[in-house]
Amino acid sequence: MKTPLTLAIGALAFAASGALADTVRMGSEGAYPPYNFINDDNELDGFERDLGDELCERAGLDCEWVINDWDTIIPNLVGGDYDTIMAGMAITEARAETISFTQEYLPPDPSAFMALEGMNYDTLMESGVIAAQSNTVQAGVLAEMDGVELLEFPTPDETISAVRNQEVDAVLADKAFLADYVAESGGELVFVGDDQYFSDGVGMGVRQSDDELRETFDAVITEMKEDGSLNELITEWFGEDMDTF
Amino acid sequence: MFAFCTDPDTLPQWQWFACYLTSGTHLAFYWSFVVVMILLALAAPAALVMGLGGALLMRARFAPLRWLGQGYTAIVRGVPDIVFFLFVPIAVGQGIEALLHQVRCPHWDMPIWQGNDFIVCPEARVPPRGSPSWVRDLYGFSLAVLAFAVVFGAFVGNTLHGAMRAVPRAQMETAEAYGMTRGQAMRRVLLPQMWIYALPGLSNIWMILIKATPLLFLLGIQDIVYWARELGGAKTSRYTYPHPDWRVWYFLAVLVFYLAVTWASQIFFERLTRRVGRGLATAESARA
Repeated sequence: MKTPLTLAIGALAFAASGALADTVRMGSEGAYPPYNFINDDNELDGFERDLGDELCERAGLDCEWVINDWDTIIPNLVGGDYDTIMAGMAITEARAETISFTQEYLPPDPSAFMALEGMNYDTLMESGVIAAQSNTVQAGVLAEMDGVELLEFPTPDETISAVRNQEVDAVLADKAFLADYVAESGGELVFVGDDQYFSDGVGMGVRQSDDELRETFDAVITEMKEDGSLNELITEWFGEDMDTF
Repeated sequence: MFAFCTDPDTLPQWQWFACYLTSGTHLAFYWSFVVVMILLALAAPAALVMGLGGALLMRARFAPLRWLGQGYTAIVRGVPDIVFFLFVPIAVGQGIEALLHQVRCPHWDMPIWQGNDFIVCPEARVPPRGSPSWVRDLYGFSLAVLAFAVVFGAFVGNTLHGAMRAVPRAQMETAEAYGMTRGQAMRRVLLPQMWIYALPGLSNIWMILIKATPLLFLLGIQDIVYWARELGGAKTSRYTYPHPDWRVWYFLAVLVFYLAVTWASQIFFERLTRRVGRGLATAESARA
């Protein structure tokens, strides 16, 4: 019978040898611009790609990116398909029961409702059908709200199409993701109502047993916050309006 | 791809499309068509082997073998395809991992099932932790081929079983009268003749197999449907080639592809039926 202490030491030893010898596999969704997306060269691109590569370089780690669908991204991290999640994932208590998070690398960012032009916020709140990506903070919030009906979609892209097709009255998602669509729709798509804050910021998810990896990344995130390079990256990808540290 | 593709925003329309249609993601899209053809090329023979095995089991004299054959076709035919496609890869994948777990990690003291999570020791992960993505893709693809073989093998088994029974009984009796053993009569008389009776059923199953290939998408393989949805979706100017929602065009291309493959198959089967029917008094050979 192993005691918790020897187990912990064993896990540490394994994690240490693993972290040094192997490449660290970074999981992402690749469908949520500007956080992360697959560009036209079929490569992962976006804020989290740049940030992740920079973190790995500073930590002296050899990193490799793995794309995984959003709805299985946490189970497959736990199952060991990859070692971290960087996918615009807000730190929530529910998620923290299954995985652990580093400190946030994005400050709490606003969510917003986006709808076709002419949608009224009050009607939306009284009897609106609102889309959200499944397993997101936004889907959780909508499910709790009285009056609105939630329609869930597996990918972010489908939530936008649903608004355009008038299948739903609005979509609730991270404002930074919706901003591009609003800006380029020529007035067809608009934000409705005020910004909503549900998140404690976006962090990198790691397995709960991977304390060493979490501490390594925590240290370099702190370093990047202190020297201002993280803020530069945030402004580069999200624009001047985005909150920084 | 082309030298003029460096700044797509300034290009005239035909050049923009030339660049767009040869982007990295589009090359992956074209490759997925090849993957579907490879899947068909592997799954069809595998299903035929499974089916022949199933049909022979159903004819076996030893009752438990017969029950095995009947049970296999009955279960697979009675369960929706999609359920089976989701079940087989997960069941086989977890089965292999659980087996490896027993062999490689005898001292592991945590249960494999922890709540909803299936967790085996790192040494028992298949494919091994840290293996490159093409190994994972290949493994997923192999499981998909297996699922297709199991499901379509059952249909093939039933068709072949029926075809064997359609060969006139008198021929088998004659063969036995000539002193052939049961096995000899089977190989020399029954099997060569059953194909003409099996062909219409087999060509049907082949068509259904072709049409079932988009189920790859369900198994997380980046197939034609995945890329059609991915590429067709509206792209903002974050992307090199921004465009509105073009999914209808991409799905139209996929539709044309499937129509072309099934159309070509139909012609092939018509010719094959004529050829296999030579020397037999069937309606097909009479026409030829």
